[in-house]
Order: sequence, then structure tokens, then C-alpha cells
Amino acid sequence: MIEFRKEFFANERDDNLNEIGKATRRQDILGHVTGRSPYFDDHLFEGLLHIRCVRSPHHHARIRRIDVSAAEKMPGVVRVLLGKDVPLNLNTLLSLLDFGLDDEPVLSTTKVAYKGEPVAAIIAESEAQARAAVLAVKVDWEVLPHVLDVEDAVKPGAPVVCDVYPSNKFIYHGKFDHQKLRYGDVEEAFARADHIVEGRYQMSPIEQAPMETCGAIAAPEVNDRFVCFTSTQGLFFSLGTAAKLLTMPSSRLHFVGGTVGGGFGGKVDSMHEPLAILGAMLTGRPCKYAWDREEEMQVGAPRGAERWYIKDGIARDGRILARKFTGYFDSGAYTRLSSYAIIKGVGHLPGPYTIPNVYADVFCVYTNRTPATAMRGFGITGVDFAIEAHMDKGAEMAGLNPIDFRILNSYRDGDMKAHRRLAKNCALVECCQVVAEKGGVVLTQASRAATSVLDGGGERARLPSRTATDQNGIVSGFKGGNYAKKGGGASGPQPVALPIAASAPTPAYASPASLRPAAPAYQPAATPPPAPQPPAPAADTARHGALRFSSLSGFRRR
Amino acid sequence: MAKKPVTFILNGSERAAFAEEGLNLLEFLRRGIGDLSPKYGCGQGTCGACTVIIDGETHLSCLTMAVAIEGRKVETASGLANGKVHPLQEAFMEHFAAQCGYCTPGMLMSAKVLLDRNPAPTRADVIEAISGNLCRCTGYEPIIDAILATANMRRLA
Amino acid sequence: MRVESYATLAEAARAMGPDAVFMAGGTLVMRDVNAGTSASRIVRSADPVLTEIRSTGDGVSIGAGVTMAQALANRDLAFLSSVARSVGGPQVRNMATIGGNIFAHHPYGDFAVALLALGARVVLAGQGAAKPLEDVLRERGRSSTSPIIAAIEVPRPRDPRAFAFAKISRIKPKGVSVMSIAAHLPREGGRIRGARIAFGAMGPTPLRATAAERVLEGQSLDAATIARAAQLACDGLDPPTDALASAWYRREVAGTHLKRLLEKMERG
Repeated sequence: MIEFRKEFFANERDDNLNEIGKATRRQDILGHVTGRSPYFDDHLFEGLLHIRCVRSPHHHARIRRIDVSAAEKMPGVVRVLLGKDVPLNLNTLLSLLDFGLDDEPVLSTTKVAYKGEPVAAIIAESEAQARAAVLAVKVDWEVLPHVLDVEDAVKPGAPVVCDVYPSNKFIYHGKFDHQKLRYGDVEEAFARADHIVEGRYQMSPIEQAPMETCGAIAAPEVNDRFVCFTSTQGLFFSLGTAAKLLTMPSSRLHFVGGTVGGGFGGKVDSMHEPLAILGAMLTGRPCKYAWDREEEMQVGAPRGAERWYIKDGIARDGRILARKFTGYFDSGAYTRLSSYAIIKGVGHLPGPYTIPNVYADVFCVYTNRTPATAMRGFGITGVDFAIEAHMDKGAEMAGLNPIDFRILNSYRDGDMKAHRRLAKNCALVECCQVVAEKGGVVLTQASRAATSVLDGGGERARLPSRTATDQNGIVSGFKGGNYAKKGGGASGPQPVALPIAASAPTPAYASPASLRPAAPAYQPAATPPPAPQPPAPAADTARHGALRFSSLSGFRRR
Repeated sequence: MAKKPVTFILNGSERAAFAEEGLNLLEFLRRGIGDLSPKYGCGQGTCGACTVIIDGETHLSCLTMAVAIEGRKVETASGLANGKVHPLQEAFMEHFAAQCGYCTPGMLMSAKVLLDRNPAPTRADVIEAISGNLCRCTGYEPIIDAILATANMRRLA
Repeated sequence: MRVESYATLAEAARAMGPDAVFMAGGTLVMRDVNAGTSASRIVRSADPVLTEIRSTGDGVSIGAGVTMAQALANRDLAFLSSVARSVGGPQVRNMATIGGNIFAHHPYGDFAVALLALGARVVLAGQGAAKPLEDVLRERGRSSTSPIIAAIEVPRPRDPRAFAFAKISRIKPKGVSVMSIAAHLPREGGRIRGARIAFGAMGPTPLRATAAERVLEGQSLDAATIARAAQLACDGLDPPTDALASAWYRREVAGTHLKRLLEKMERG
């Protein structure tokens, strides 16, 4: 049951909404209840061919030889695809946004870095024949040592998961092996704090497990085009990815989608469209490439595992003076979207609390596990669990009720956040008050009187007088400007496998513009502007005004 | 694989087609007959998206051999609307009981058999009746509400 | 792959071989067919013997092709209704058979656990006398040709309260077993005589917890006896590690779940 608490922020709202709070029917629901909504697999083709992949049984192995001769002779087999058949057999999803280096083959040729990684694809007349032929492919594996834990993976001497990132860490901004957030001086604040609270938190991978498994059907179309029916959640993202890997203009690809049998983030990776289209190109027939349930669970990219260490310095009155994070995202064997999840996550730190000193080092770590990808708030959900569990610990240490502790430390309108923007439209205080009321928790007088619209700004809007910076984790050999090549040249990436340099004495944030990624898609939260010029906190933090979209923080008013 | 003729009643009409011996009913209905309403979710009998009604009982079409339905009556979600939408379909629309819609055809089959047998189910009865149908979107509550609402409507009618 | 249908079980039994599998409800065999891993010949039979349920004085003879739903609807099998209800959802219960359950690998096969605790005997098609279920389970997968089960003879507990079953699952209302436990503890003069306890998902097949049985034999269900039985619950079992739980976890919790079941039996 939804309950509207219209007494909150009543003077800031026109309350003339036409849809919110009123029942409405989904526009696609008649198709759903009559079984007529056209999912990708509901497009029937005469002579449909079926694609199934030969997958690694090992977490990490070199491929010595792939022998497809027996498979090619199996009944119903039309064609066997190997990595050499893929026009551009290396990609990273976010290259479309100029972010990250190409690191993942469509069909791997030299080594595999996770169990289930595809090395060949069978195209056959029936699914059963494709399955049988998969078993007939002989791969000569040289099993390599593997690493499945993020902290083991960043130790010296750990097996190198992905040659493009030899330290097993994604390189941020061509410069650091982690994403940094520096705001004030946490060490100085810890020294004068009355309580120090430390915690370690871990979240396991979670499979999105959509009811419909991921897949695509591609077929030749008139005018030398290919039609592709797909379960993708990001139709144009998949279109761009397919065009890049197949080195063909996207105008030759006709993508049809939008009816998705559940996605939850697990259907953005565009694994199926390129292979289905390639199959259609090479056979001239419609081709379907879809995962069965076992593949969906084993090789379908989950929400990645995360491990967080949090350290708080708390004053006697319960105010949090400093918060330090060390985070490890388990990206699995390849980058997919984990690098971006961290940018998002670090922009979210330290949670919805006004803390004058914040520090974070967050690593995107490669391990020999299934690559991780998007899932419902990824980058935020895991660390929020850690933060809120840690808030309960902090409350206990400070001798406060956990709700009082949260209200005391919550953002108020006009407060400066650790990523150097002013907090607006805050409502955590009010949410906490309602939770307390519902849960029968008696709050202090101060908590009951608190409101998000008062007490913010002023001193709280000020940036720290000094921010401690460092060069920890600086790398050389990665140029900020070499984030993925445009145009999909056949040369592949130029992995710049240079060792990570020891802490170098170059100034932290003085890199020339040419070394920065060209047109970074996301404002990296950890890179403070050379001379921070926050907007002056307005005396009246007005909530009225036009909405403006910000890619990092969502809708906000100005 | 040898092909065998299969003659059966689908949603009240006699149908005949050839089926390969090992073919499951789900694939037979979808590709052989062209009824796309049962969905593939797992091929292992775990998810219930392929649920159809055979002779008045819910069955998993992915675990039923196509040749085994010779002479039997099969109902699917595509046959539920008979001229106008079925009260269950109406209630599913009204209660937001479908989001991605992929589990919906199977869910409707389980709900139909429940209400055909038990016109006044309790909430627990409904939960038991759809316990073989997974849904990843709704959290089930809107579906349970829709099925109970259908039963209430029928009693009032 | 070939599908062969036979009018009688005897003919079907003769058709079995190392390359054949018998299919009843299909919930196990069709999974393999779909995955391309099934035997090359699938043997079926519509012999009416398979679906008979006969009361036999002190027990019930259940045709191997009787489905969980049919078992649930049969008055003679009321003592097994909670077990049948615990299997799958309605669709699975409409298809899955009692005989097939004996071939199910964990996390499936809950019904066989109950049959084992009740001391059921198995009639194999084309063979003479009924064999103890334990023997059939032990031989499962060992011989190249799998037998066809014609019927299962289940002794009816004289006191329905002497039999109890629990399925431990992480998903509500229905999920597969982390483990299942069945206990048959008949009493004579307040003392347990002929205790049988069986665990599912605690080994390659349903297995008896013989150490716990020995503790209970001749005792009453007092707190100390229950505690001792719980302590020895895992003795002789060989729990697997799978996607549902690790062997370590199963060992850790098996005693607790047995204790809860025994306490519930004692409360009546």
C-alpha cells in the first residue's frame, strides 16, 4: 500500500500531478495477458539455424589448439565459427562511450579467463545438432593458475587475468589503478575523533535471472541489410556494439527489440546480437543465438561481488568527522560495466551523510570469475549495504539510537557533498522520522525537530580548508587519450603492459588536458577541478525551478 | 529422428502436425503449431513459464513429449480470451499483475485451473497454486491479488 | 534418439538395455532430452498396472506411475500426503511419479526419503519378489541397465503420529531441498521399536541415519535422547556440496533439523 505524506515539503510542491498516485495500466499489458507480446524468440523463421558455443571448462587456461574437424562433419552442422571469423574480435562495451580499453574477444583465440568463456560457435540446423557438435570440438587446454578473490588478485605475483590490465586492476583516467575520492583530511580527523569504527563488508555476485534468457535472432534482409530481433535492454547500445565488432555501418543493421522478458541489467551486454548477425552473414540464413538456463546462470554476467572496508571517526556527540573507504569490485575476467559502476559508486560516497572528511580508494579488480555487469543500481546497492550496516555499528559505538544517529548526520539542503556539489531536495531526515514512527521508536527531541530544509548550508556548505592528496597507485604507460579506438580498426588495442610505477612525485591533478580521456562521458567524481569553485550556497535553498538532468546525480533542480 | 503425426485438441480446435520423437511439447506448440504463448524459461521444469493445461491439469510443456499428447485436450494462454478477454486477464491488467509479461501465460494457466476447481480460494490456496510459476518482476503480490479478485468477482456475478 | 512404447511392462522391461532409459512422468528424463544428454532410446509403457493404488492389509501397493497429485488425492495414502505436497509445484506434481522419484538425484527425490524411512519394498518389472528400497537405491546407477520399477509396497504406520517428514528449503513457499528428513518411530509400551530415519540430499542417494536410529532404539523421545540422536545425525552420511548448500553447512544444520523434527513428533 502506498501512503502519501503530503505534509512534507507541501509548500514546495504544486501538487497538480496527473499520474502520480493514480492507478494506470501499462500500455503493453493486453499483449502480455493474451500471450501475444512479441519477445525476440516469438519471430518464426523458416529454415532457422541454431548457434551454440563451445565453452571453457576451466577458470583460466591457454588455448593450444582448437580442432573443429570432427564437429564440422556432424549431422546438421552448417558452419563452425572461430575467433578469426569475427571481423573485430575485441571489444569493451563502454568503448562506445570512449571509456576503457578493448579487452574481451567475442570468441577467444589465445586464452580463456573464466569458466564458460566461448571459444567457438557451432551453427547447425537444429539446437540438438548444435549441442551434439559442441561436444565434438576438441580443445587442447593448458590450464593456468587462477584467482577468484579480489584481494588475492591484487597481490604481487597473482595470475594475470586479462593481459590488457596486467595488474588485474582497471586503469582510471589513464593515470591511476583505482578511482580516488579525496575530500578534506581523514587521517587528521581520525586523530581527533573520540571513536574509531571499522568494518569489512562483502556482497556475493547476484544473477539477474530474467525469466526469458538472453538471445537474438538475425536474418538477411533486403538491400544488403540484416534484421536482428533481440532481448537487449539497450537496443542502440547493442546496435553500436554489433556494428563495431562486425565492422559494418550501423545503417546496415535493422534492430527490433523493446519487448524484453525481464532484464534487471543483465541484458545490456550485447553478447548475442553480433554472433547471430555474423551467423546470418556467413550462412545467408536466419540464425538464432540464445542461452539456455544453465548458460544464463553460469556465463550470464551477474551483479559483481564487492568487498568494502570502512573506517569512521566519530565525535563524542555522534557526528561523523571522517569516513574512509577501500573498495574492491569484482569485475570478473573482463571489464564490461564494472569500471563505470565504480565511477557511479564513488560519486555516491559517503552515502547521504554530511561528513567533512572523506577518502576512498576503489579498485575495479579482474578475477577468473564470470564477468560482472549491470544490475539494478549497481555501484550503489552494494556499498549502501556496507554504509548502512556501518551506520548501525557507529550508532552503537556513539551510544545513540541508529535512527537518531542517522538524522544527526543526514544531508540537509545546502550542505557540501564529498564530490563537491551542494545537496538539494534532501529528505532522509523526514524518511527517518516516518520509519521511527512506524517502528514505534522514540526519537530524541532534536531528531523530532530536525528537518532537511533547515540547518544546512552556511558552514556546512564550505569546502574543506585543505584536502590531502597523494599519488598512490599512479601508473605509467596508459595514456588517458588511448581510451578505445574509434572506428574499430583491425589492429586491436595496444595493450600497454608496462609495470606499475612506484609512487611518482608528479603533482596530483595537474595532468595536461591531452592526457585526459577525450570527452569523458562521466564527470569522474574523484578528480576535483583544479580550483574548486562550488556554486555559492544560496541563502534560500529554493526547491522550485526547472528540472535539469545530470548524468551523475540524476534529476536535480537548479 | 523419426517424425510422428500428432493429433490433438488445442484450445477447442482439432490440430494435427508432425513432431520429431524427442521434441518437447513447448517447441512443438511454438514452432510446429505456431502457438507462441507458452514460453521457454528453463527447459528443466523449474520456472513454469511453459505451463499449459492438459485434460484439465497443469503440465510443464517443456517436460512433456509432444508425441504424448496424441488425442488429448491442450489449453494455452492464447486460447483464454474467447471473443473478449477472460476475467483473469482483465484482473491481471487491472492489478498490474504483469510487468515484463514473460511468466504471465503460464501464471494464467495455473490460476485458471485453481479457479475452475476452487471458486473460493484462500490467499494460501492461491500461493500454493502458483508455487510452480516463477516471476522475477512483480514480487507475486499483484498476481495473488488479481487471482483473488477474479474469484470475488465471479462470486458476485 | 528413439522413443519406444510398449503395451505391457514386461515387454518394456525386455527392451531395456545400457542405451535405454525408462520414461514415466518425464520430469527427469525430459530434462536430459532437452539438454541433449539423454540415453539414445527412451522406453515408455502405458501398462495400467503402473497407475494402480491397492490397499494390502497392513500397507499400500503404489503403481510406479502414480503421480504425486494422484497420491495426494488418494485416501489410502493420507499418511504420505504431506510428503507428496512437498514435491514441486502443482505442475510437477501432476507429472512426477512415485517410481521416478526413486531415481531422482538431489536436490530432488524427497518422496523416496519418506519411502525409505517407512521401509518400503520395490517390485521390479520382470523380476520376482519385492526388494528393499535400500537395495534398489544402493544399486542405482551401478548396473549398466537400469531396472523398471513396477510398484512400491509401503507399510502403513500403525500410529500415524509415529511418522513425520520435513523438507528444509530456503525458498518460501516452495523450493528444492537443502535436505529432507523422514522418521518412522513406532512405539511399543512407550519405547521406540524399529526406529528408521532417512535423510535426503545428505549423500548420493537417500540414506538412513543408522547412528541416530541406534540412539533412539528402545528409548522414549526425551530431551536427552533427542539431543544424542541429533549429535549423531550425520554419522555415516556423505553430504554433497552443490549450489544450494555446502557439505559443511549441511553437516552443521542436519542435527538441528532432526532435533526439531523429533521434538515436533514428541509434542504430537
